[in-house]
Amino acid sequence: MLRFLATRLARALITIVMVVTFAFVVLRLSGDPALLIMSVDAPPEAIAAFRASWGLDDPLWQQYLKYFTAILHGDLGRSMRDGRDAIALVAERIPATLALTLPALAIKLSIGIPSGIYAALHRNSLTDRVVMGLAVLGFTVPSFVLGLLLVLVFAVQLGWLPSGGQDSWRHAILPVITLGAGGAAVLARFTRSAMLEVLGQPYIRTASAKGVPWRAVVRNHALPNAAIPTVTIIGFMVGSLIAGAVVVESVFSWPGVGRLLVVAVANRDLAVVQCILLLVAGTMVASNLVVDLLYGALDPRLRQARAGGAA
Amino acid sequence: MSDATLPAVAAAPRFRLNLPLGVAIGVFWILLMLAIAVLADVISPYAYTALDLRNRLSPPVGMGGVWAHPLGTDELGRDVLSRLIYSIRMSLLIAFGATIIGAVFGTTMGFLAAHFRGWVEQAVLALVDFSASLPFLILALAVLAFFGNSLSLFIVLLGFHAWERYARIARGLAISAGAQGYAAAVRQLGAGPLRVYGRHILPNIASTLIVSMTLAFPEIILLESGLSFLGLGVQPPSTSLGNMVGYGREYLTRAPWILLAPAFTIITTTLAVSMVGDWLRDRLDPTLR
Repeated sequence: MLRFLATRLARALITIVMVVTFAFVVLRLSGDPALLIMSVDAPPEAIAAFRASWGLDDPLWQQYLKYFTAILHGDLGRSMRDGRDAIALVAERIPATLALTLPALAIKLSIGIPSGIYAALHRNSLTDRVVMGLAVLGFTVPSFVLGLLLVLVFAVQLGWLPSGGQDSWRHAILPVITLGAGGAAVLARFTRSAMLEVLGQPYIRTASAKGVPWRAVVRNHALPNAAIPTVTIIGFMVGSLIAGAVVVESVFSWPGVGRLLVVAVANRDLAVVQCILLLVAGTMVASNLVVDLLYGALDPRLRQARAGGAA
Repeated sequence: MSDATLPAVAAAPRFRLNLPLGVAIGVFWILLMLAIAVLADVISPYAYTALDLRNRLSPPVGMGGVWAHPLGTDELGRDVLSRLIYSIRMSLLIAFGATIIGAVFGTTMGFLAAHFRGWVEQAVLALVDFSASLPFLILALAVLAFFGNSLSLFIVLLGFHAWERYARIARGLAISAGAQGYAAAVRQLGAGPLRVYGRHILPNIASTLIVSMTLAFPEIILLESGLSFLGLGVQPPSTSLGNMVGYGREYLTRAPWILLAPAFTIITTTLAVSMVGDWLRDRLDPTLR
């Protein structure tokens, strides 16, 4: 078990290092940061001073090391727009984003999983077809189209709900539904196929043949096994709590991390973009790590195989 | 006498596709979209930038519009139908380009990993893990922020969507193919690696790769339209489906048709490709589920 933990941790660290390296490489490839930040017609002395103060004349590997240590010290630079600390700028947007993504996650789980299980248990029934039809539709309707259609119906035509902004909880209803619907569709489809896969296994037939009641077969044999692949996709959803609302926040003018990211990209505010990139990578890697650990708990085979040192 | 002709009819190989209705409609829709994209210059009633200032915000036919602009016009009097036609061309061009780039790059990486094994394989697998662990939209936004935007960069960037899936599939299948007799036989006959992989292994795993491509295609359309909707993808004066929706959003209350026409096209096209892709997967490669 310890060894399993250690390899997972190592892989998580490698991924983080790769993301940091990616940011560094892309930043350097994109052109001379000095010219990017200062105006093109700045006096050469000013550019030289800037280069010296940021260490841009050092060899590349030294720059990389410096960059890395700065990030380890939590120094991600300042926004080029208003000179504020990039981390503070991003951090103050996180609550607004979570106010959308957490309720949306609850919707995804409470609708997606039960309907996926129900559809699998009643395969080819009318309900199965309706659920899967809706799920395909939920996957193919992009979130910005769904969001705008909801605005058109509920804000413009009926006038029941506000179309954008963040003044009250009523403003959150449409974005949460938009986010939740798409995720629920994905989850329903995924849960259904995971369940179908498990239900086709010989051990399910064996359990039924032994006379175990069908409810008990489903509860004790099918559900735990179907949970294993489903946990992966839920982990991905948890990992994207911070980054998963980029488009929807833009549709509803919701001042969260996603909106900040879009504005920062449009303005090429690199410090903020990089900060969000690392934040997203961090949450993603952390939730993947938790998923891996859950795997160990859910699937004894995995635990023993790794602990036995066979891998 | 009619009896004598019967066996002949039965023996003649009848080519019947036996498509489910939904898939048949999907295939028809995809062909229609392709035809529109190819023939855009011929069938488009106006240039997509042409202004008609006397008919600004004219509604579609059936909502009080005129036949000169069947789907209405936008704030500048540009014909929505013409813009839609050119948007379909642009979105399909990007999606095709990106899908092919992703498939070629991913498959090549997978083959390299399978051929060299060792540290090359580990490096490829580390890159695969890296790509799979980050939401692609965030990576794409970061690259756009760092590099700025141009159409060719945009297509290449979207090409990296889902490359890791092809790499995984190609590596796994190439390793198992390498263990089979035919690859060893060709190698014994003196064929180089390029010939073995290109002429012998690739055709054997092509169906799986094609299925992956049909599954990735709608995702790329959605990505492209999402980024263009945010104003970070295709830049004006060029137009794409997402671009039109983003522009139409400003006129949601006054002229919803600007937005509804491209939105409907995005939904129907992704739906059609997904249905055909799902059907192909079930027919060609049930293991991909």
